[in-house]
Amino acid sequence: MHVLPAGTPPALDLRGICKAFDGKPALDDAHFSLAWGEVHALVGENGAGKSTLMNVATGVYAADHGSQIVDGSELSPRSPQEATDAGIGMVHQHFRLVDRFSVAENVLLTLGGRVRSLRAAADLIAAKAREVGLDVDPFRQVSTLSIAERQRVEILKVLLLGARIIILDEPTAVLTEEESSALLVFTRRLADADHAVVLITHKLKEVAAHTDRITVMRHGKTVLAGAPMAEVSEAEVGRLIVGEAVVAAARPQSRPGEERLVVRGLGFDGQKRGGAVELTLRAGEVLGLAGVGGNGQEQLVACLAGTLAASAGSFTLSGVDVTRATPSRRRDLGLRVIPASRFATGLVRQMSIAENLAMTNVRTGHFGGRWFLDRRRMKAAALAAIERFDIRGAGPNRRTELLSGGNAQKVLLARELDDGLKVLIAHSPSRGLDVKASEFVRDAIRAAVEAGAACLLISEDLQEVMGLSHRVAVMNGGVIAGNRPIADVTPEWIGALLTGHA
Amino acid sequence: MDFLIGWLAIIPSYTTPLLLASVGLILSERAGVLNLGAEGMMALGAMTAAITVLAGHDPWMGIAAGAAAAVAVSLLFGLAVVVFRADQTLAGLAVVAIGLGVTGTVGRPYVQQTFGGLPKLGDLLALDPANPLGRIIAAQDVISLAAPILALAAWWWLMKTQAGLRLRAAGENPAAADVAGVDIQLTQLAAVLFAGLMCGLAGAYLSVATSHVWVENMVAARGWIAVALVILAKWSPARAVIGAMLFGSADALVPRLQAIGADVPVYLMMMLPYALTLFVLFLTSLSGRGSGEPASLGAVYLRQDKH
Repeated sequence: MHVLPAGTPPALDLRGICKAFDGKPALDDAHFSLAWGEVHALVGENGAGKSTLMNVATGVYAADHGSQIVDGSELSPRSPQEATDAGIGMVHQHFRLVDRFSVAENVLLTLGGRVRSLRAAADLIAAKAREVGLDVDPFRQVSTLSIAERQRVEILKVLLLGARIIILDEPTAVLTEEESSALLVFTRRLADADHAVVLITHKLKEVAAHTDRITVMRHGKTVLAGAPMAEVSEAEVGRLIVGEAVVAAARPQSRPGEERLVVRGLGFDGQKRGGAVELTLRAGEVLGLAGVGGNGQEQLVACLAGTLAASAGSFTLSGVDVTRATPSRRRDLGLRVIPASRFATGLVRQMSIAENLAMTNVRTGHFGGRWFLDRRRMKAAALAAIERFDIRGAGPNRRTELLSGGNAQKVLLARELDDGLKVLIAHSPSRGLDVKASEFVRDAIRAAVEAGAACLLISEDLQEVMGLSHRVAVMNGGVIAGNRPIADVTPEWIGALLTGHA
Repeated sequence: MDFLIGWLAIIPSYTTPLLLASVGLILSERAGVLNLGAEGMMALGAMTAAITVLAGHDPWMGIAAGAAAAVAVSLLFGLAVVVFRADQTLAGLAVVAIGLGVTGTVGRPYVQQTFGGLPKLGDLLALDPANPLGRIIAAQDVISLAAPILALAAWWWLMKTQAGLRLRAAGENPAAADVAGVDIQLTQLAAVLFAGLMCGLAGAYLSVATSHVWVENMVAARGWIAVALVILAKWSPARAVIGAMLFGSADALVPRLQAIGADVPVYLMMMLPYALTLFVLFLTSLSGRGSGEPASLGAVYLRQDKH
């Protein structure tokens, strides 16, 4: 970070920002100050409010309270357009490029009336690319570019719109290690050329060497504001990221029974080189798998459920190797799954509660033998489930898409937590539910485990993991980065594993 | 030789309605709106134009009225799919049903009444009937000459102007276009209305320039061939010129063969354009290269707002 003349106003100063969605606070008195010429890391768990805060800064959301000062003057952008005009640009995690267009056509689309022709756009791109040292061919079609190249196009777009404050949302999440370090070197160069750069990230370790200051957010609040990177320890930051959730949680006693799920050297796409998942899950325990989303959780669940073929390794259910078994064979052995997205792989939206509940047992002939459907029996089973799981405001024939999130999740629970349950894979079981429904889901899982089931709980919500688990493991880069009994779990340990130290 | 000249002379009049309609559909689909209503819009255009001329108006007035009628129904279609986000396939089929139903009912009193249509170039210019080229040119009209030029202009506008770029962006990635400041709904609505205009022109051309009469079902699935042509042309107005000529030539063969009394099964011959459609679609699906279909064709775009 080069020395600025005394009294230079910050590039961006956000003060006391509050923002609530549907009454739920996403930002609660958040602060953020960014200086010219620096690369500033903004870290925190998923849902800590990092992206929301930057969306306020770029005019995507309007803050409920608080003030925003851009380069010394008060400015609260009411639209992304106003933020762009003020020189603030954001590169989102999901690129906004037209795949079938060339790089130049994409830039022309973005710049609109500011450029006269495709030729002029291509010249601008080439000149800017040379100036900042990014390698981009204006005439390549975007669909032929690698992810890293597309990211460069997005960065160039933002720069060509005149941005001097550049916000990169999880820029390294999609990049290889080499590409990441090239990008970070680039951001440093940009900062040295009188820009200001914000890196929103989970991967603290990766960016630590390339950033000047760090701001940590938790639950919508700023818990560490712009500390110089050199003055904070990794352990300290880890503790700040995860907060007190880890310490305050209840710690149920573990009384493990027989081995129910044993995973040995399981491999799938998205793992770091040579990575493999090792797990042992016993009857009567919850193994909580914490980790930032996108670190292989989806693939692990799909492998276990049988919708994705493992590329290496094996796993057994109650001693039977089911690595290549069909999903129904796994079900027969007592595997039950609560997927992260209820309607993608759990329930059929357009079908009724009764039909969704009966679906997994039609095959066994429970609902009308080999050929027919016993509607009366399905209805009776549905009524029983509605009663037992307190599914509100719905009869057996109601389509599940018409249910609230909590009630739809209860339908799924009613189906999966049946008598045959031996191993439950629960992926973010309370995501998107209100407090009461979340508690219901957790109680149901607790009761099932009390009754002798084994549960692998995969969640980004640390409080959930800490509140349910007997043992805690952390998933990072597609592998299990650590595994401890709940009594030995410390905030520093989880924080370090989440952010990729250790 | 006579047969050849006669055939060449009528090819453009068979090509023109297909070309006009498919260019309109291509622009609509490039903006992301699947438009299956061509058959209905062409029928409306043909009947309205015929009624207008039968009421004593100029043929050009008839063509304008036919185009306006199709624009009116495509405004309904556009509001349904762009503003109210109705299913584009169903709404398109509804336009076909409306077009065929309305023309069948309203057009009944006017069926089979011939009228003086659009003048041919032969009526306007002094051309030597002995010269084969003169004979071919004499059989043309202003619209059949303008149609390919219009198609190429549409191609140029789509591919070379910023407005065209914005329209294509709306059909490829509406989210990206929205961020770039493109008004998706307005763009799509404009494209739908343009498709209506072109389909109306195509229909009006059939009754006022080619047949000089209104007969129920006179569009005879040409609207559907235009829909197929869009795919065949890989959503390019320039390629549509070639495709329309291919189909127009096949279509024009039937009356010529009948005229010279050739001993061919008429119904089999009338099948030719449709069989050709299937065959060509089969061929294009074999060529591995991208179909050119807009990535968000038929998709409903909803902005993700959390304000």
